[in-house]
Amino acid sequence: MGQTKSEGEKKTRTIAVGTIARVEGEGALRVTVKDGGVQDVELKIFEPPRFFEAFLQGRHYDEVPDIVARICGICPVAYQMSAVHAIEQIFGLRVDGALRDLRRLIYCGEWIESHALHVYMLQAPDFLGYESGIAMAKDHGALVARGLRIKKAGNAIMTLLGGRSVHPVSVKVGGFSRVPFRRDLERLRDELLWARDAAVETVRWVAGFDYPDFSPDYNYVALAHPDEYPFNEGDVVASGGLQISADEFERHFTEHQVSYSNALHCTLHGSPYLVGPLARLNLNHERLTPLAKQVLADRRIPLPLRNPFHGIIARSVEILFALEESLHLIERYEPPPASASPIVVRPGVGMACTEAPRGILYHRYEVDADGVIRKAKIVPPTSQNQGRIEQDLRLFLPRVLDRSDKEASLACERVIRCYDPCISCATHFLNLEIEREGV
Amino acid sequence: MKAIDPRPSSIRVIGLGNVMRGDDAVGILAARRLRQEIGDRVDAIEAEMAGVDLIELMKGARVVILIDATCSGLDPGTVHRFDASDSPISKQLFPCSTHAIGPVDAMELARTMGVLPATVIVYGIEVGNTNVGQPLSLPVAKALEQIVDQIVQECENRHA
Repeated sequence: MGQTKSEGEKKTRTIAVGTIARVEGEGALRVTVKDGGVQDVELKIFEPPRFFEAFLQGRHYDEVPDIVARICGICPVAYQMSAVHAIEQIFGLRVDGALRDLRRLIYCGEWIESHALHVYMLQAPDFLGYESGIAMAKDHGALVARGLRIKKAGNAIMTLLGGRSVHPVSVKVGGFSRVPFRRDLERLRDELLWARDAAVETVRWVAGFDYPDFSPDYNYVALAHPDEYPFNEGDVVASGGLQISADEFERHFTEHQVSYSNALHCTLHGSPYLVGPLARLNLNHERLTPLAKQVLADRRIPLPLRNPFHGIIARSVEILFALEESLHLIERYEPPPASASPIVVRPGVGMACTEAPRGILYHRYEVDADGVIRKAKIVPPTSQNQGRIEQDLRLFLPRVLDRSDKEASLACERVIRCYDPCISCATHFLNLEIEREGV
Repeated sequence: MKAIDPRPSSIRVIGLGNVMRGDDAVGILAARRLRQEIGDRVDAIEAEMAGVDLIELMKGARVVILIDATCSGLDPGTVHRFDASDSPISKQLFPCSTHAIGPVDAMELARTMGVLPATVIVYGIEVGNTNVGQPLSLPVAKALEQIVDQIVQECENRHA
């Protein structure tokens, strides 16, 4: 919908478009255009997870995994993992061996679930010219069925290890409340093998999409581990030159308020940066699994990927990686002697970063001598990407300003979807509003 | 999550929502109550924030009864009942869903792909307070009692 109003000599045109489709959660975007140029881009987030940070205060440490799992229905494992690692750091506990493998495995399940949904249902319709996944399913039922079956393979891992596919309940500080038998994991193998082959087809499929030529200059930030593609561990690394441990995160990454949003923006040394699959792939592709590397090479996909629209390729490669990694972890699994390591509660402050499907998720907890949470801080990936989304829109909008309001808005939505923003971690309602002055 | 019963003749009650967000818990709590009351005759599933997974949860049932929070602007505690078996219901009733694919989309995707159960009934309860950590508000707690009775009756009739 468009609206033009006169204020003295100045003409202001406001365009408000309904809820942005196919993003997790709801928020608002306001774009101001003055004299044909983009003046302001404001991504508004109304409901950050600060409620949860306050809600966690006064809770016992062993309640934390179950509480933070409910911040988001799409990435509960990420919240649980960052939480348990931060708390284990306080208690001087290191979880290793089969328990560490099971944590990687449940994280694989979450990546598969989350990425398959985004690739097939949320972003692919943009490239195939459909307004929704449902509209796409009418013409491409087999493709959608393939995507949902891949997602289901991820759900199966989550259900087996987490007790259920949404809000897993078995993750705890020190390990799990119960661990599977080998035969339980082996039952997943056939479906994971099918999904792995389907993931190869997925990479080939998305690599053939028609991408706009758009390559902003990004500072990619992701965890990096010397031996493995990162889930739970690694240094925080930036392509612009930074390598730190999670303990140092807040010395380099600063949250600050913006007047139009309740969510804090996070910057690295004062500048926006990019987290998520594209950053992860660019910084870690040497540690991908063999088949994932081979498919990238076969399709001649040049790394690093610098185009945000190529996020769908990065996600598809990570689906394939996560399926290969799952099969590998299942193959070598021997049940641990205990489902969790013993805990000695001690007071202190602990921090951890893990790689949520959408990028680095930072948690810090302060725990007292009774194991009660005194302070909690959570920096989700979408908060970190907010500044970068706004900057991409500033760069992309001049290409579409000559189009109708509706088309310009749709183009903005497509840019936003590249990030797979999980606004449900943070927001309530996403409207797009473009205000044009002097037009 | 309870395992899905593949019996084609089954009635499946699926409660949606988020137990930690005040009135948004109503669908989950209703499913929990129904499992206690008629769990021997129907499958009652608590499906917190199920999103597109709702398609899988519905598969194989003859009758699905969905229960979710609605926020259409009517008074908290107002109960809606819709039959979604043959045609879509309005998405406007369920703006509480923060999912990219909410329950209405999931039903329509299932319909498009030919896997929607023959009968799908949706109960919606208007919510008031959905803040984190809050209990059910009084009108929604009353509505919970009402829909539990109503759904017990509906299940008895459909079994008959």
